[in-house]
Amino acid sequence: MAHIALMEGLPGIRGLMVFSPETAKPLCELVQVLLTGPHSLTPAEREMIATYVSSENDCYFCQHCHGSTAAQHLGGGEKDYEFIAEMKRGFESTALSPKMKALLNIAGKVQKGGKQVSTADVERARQEGATDKEIHDTVLIAAAFCMFNRYVDGLATWQPHDPDVYREIGRHTARLGYVGRDYKKPLESIASKQGSSAMRVAGS
Amino acid sequence: MAHIQLPQGMPGIVGPLAFSPDTAKPLLELAEVLLRAPNTLTSAEREMIAAHVSYRNECDFCQLSHSAAAAAHLNGNFDLVEQIKVNPEGAAVSDKLKALLMIAGKVQQGGKQVTPADIARARERGATDKEIHDTVLIAAAFCMYNRYVDGLATWQPREREAYREMGEQMAHQGYTRDRFKETPKAAQA
Repeated sequence: MAHIALMEGLPGIRGLMVFSPETAKPLCELVQVLLTGPHSLTPAEREMIATYVSSENDCYFCQHCHGSTAAQHLGGGEKDYEFIAEMKRGFESTALSPKMKALLNIAGKVQKGGKQVSTADVERARQEGATDKEIHDTVLIAAAFCMFNRYVDGLATWQPHDPDVYREIGRHTARLGYVGRDYKKPLESIASKQGSSAMRVAGS
Repeated sequence: MAHIQLPQGMPGIVGPLAFSPDTAKPLLELAEVLLRAPNTLTSAEREMIAAHVSYRNECDFCQLSHSAAAAAHLNGNFDLVEQIKVNPEGAAVSDKLKALLMIAGKVQQGGKQVTPADIARARERGATDKEIHDTVLIAAAFCMYNRYVDGLATWQPREREAYREMGEQMAHQGYTRDRFKETPKAAQA
């Protein structure tokens, strides 16, 4: 059960955004600027940074939402979901670009603490072609997910383990982004299973 | 030296905010809502939560600037703010705020560290759902701001004096003022 009274059936941050619309507004705008729109890093790459940090913070809801959104940006096939799982287990041995690996290394340091980012980490990224903006955005995406993860877990929100929930969230988010959405609207994957598997997880 | 090329003479988060106005806007709006919008927790109490978390994250710029903002709300009572950062349980603040500061300290370590017992303690001392929510989000947000400021190795004056005027501005003019038309005192130090 969540630490505060939230609207039922809304997983993770969704219940919190409905509870507190005043803070939801800048939070959604921040993630919209960071993860969507034109950028020298693709939306899939930026979602992967968010996914990796959320995985390191062990936030189930965030890592699966953003992992699914990244997979959808890559095409949405099984192999894309497998790639995201592989990236979380160890990005250095994946087929990602050397620049992305260097940026994920920086994101992993930020997750541990801002002071963990060394001049050598930044130098490595720069040698692989990363720009100041890409380094800035990587640090801020990683920092922002240290906030989102703590927000979602710190209030003990409901985080179902049904993969269909995250497939649905990823499909919507990859297409629609983060702002101007109705987060009160029940997810099809949850509404269709009321009283079955999704609810069992909620009560566990 | 900062990890990226930032405008000269701007301390802490001010450099990255100027470097990236698109992200600065929601970052500042979030701080304004969390720390200054009408709330049953005073702005001084909310700034103390921000200062406590920033102190625990060892972020000089954030802890000194939010300490100065809290002190500005408290008619210059820097002694109380110092106690809150180091040992909230021994400070002369309400039992409710002590319970909320404990929750904030747990969030700083990680979201899952907050236990039902921590929440029950705050509730017994009169904390509402909104106050608990806002405490968790303020603490979480400063885990972001602190990492942003330190992760880019920004320039951070270490002397408390450099933050006095900034604290007054944060407390009384807020976070969404047009700060880039001003020269912060710290920049001249």
